[in-house]
Amino acid sequence: MATRLDGNALAGALSEVFREDVTAARARCIGCGGVSPIGGAVVYPDAPGLVARCASCDQVLATIVDAGDRVFLSLSGMSTIELRR
Amino acid sequence: MLLQSNTAGSVGSFAQIGVSMSFTTRGFSGRRREENPRLPPGQTLFEDWPVLTAGPTPRVDAADWELTLRDETGTDHRWDWDGLLALGVEDVTVDIHCVTHWTKLDMAWRGVSLDKLFEDVETEHEFVMAHSYGGYTTNVPLEDLLDGKAWIATEAEGEPLDPEHGGPARLLVPHLYFWKSAKWIRSLTMTADNEPGFWEQNGYHLYGDPWKEERYW
Ligand SMILES: [Zn+2]
Repeated sequence: MATRLDGNALAGALSEVFREDVTAARARCIGCGGVSPIGGAVVYPDAPGLVARCASCDQVLATIVDAGDRVFLSLSGMSTIELRR
Repeated sequence: MLLQSNTAGSVGSFAQIGVSMSFTTRGFSGRRREENPRLPPGQTLFEDWPVLTAGPTPRVDAADWELTLRDETGTDHRWDWDGLLALGVEDVTVDIHCVTHWTKLDMAWRGVSLDKLFEDVETEHEFVMAHSYGGYTTNVPLEDLLDGKAWIATEAEGEPLDPEHGGPARLLVPHLYFWKSAKWIRSLTMTADNEPGFWEQNGYHLYGDPWKEERYW
């Protein structure tokens, strides 16, 4: 039977993913397939959350919603993020 | 716990792109009238009308504008600009409540009631997904769009709607938080389930009643 773990098993991997400033990391846009640094995205701050869009095709790459005691982070517009060791 | 601290770290990174997370401070310049019974909890009274946008502003001429209402049979009901106005435009004065904590009272709007749009639509589905030019989406239960509770708005405060405010036409559902009042409205699609739209997928409440402070998941 296949091994199944709960989300806590992701902790180690995520601590590496978010170890450093992710804006320097490159990501692949699900809209146009382009690979570029996250810091090069276009961010719309005057919205109910931060909205980061691809500079090439306007695809929404990420949203960040500040809910006070919580933060909602979506990276759904990036198929892959490249992290340098 | 670990996940939360990691997530917060990435938010700091994003904020460094060169913008402040202005929605955490917006509204403090407005006057607070907690005694005003027309002010929902957590809201502040605003006189001006802030522009909120999650992307580039679509420029759609009224001459090119079209609204489509699609039911579960795949039947499209379509209106161009003149066809919309021919359904009958009415004046409404309503209060609007933005989830970023501002409320604007007694706004004068002109628009077409959604009761008119749904007059000839037969549907068993109970939910609607609103789609905008530019790709924005938001979900609203059908019953929240009927019985004089929602409009396709074409004017506000005596002027045609600016593109920044959703012109040529936007959805107006004043009894829900204002993100439900989709700018640049393009189509309404009936859905069987209450599927989340753009902000509803990304942390905001599926329904969004300002009187119950339904801001987030
Ligand atoms: Zn792209």
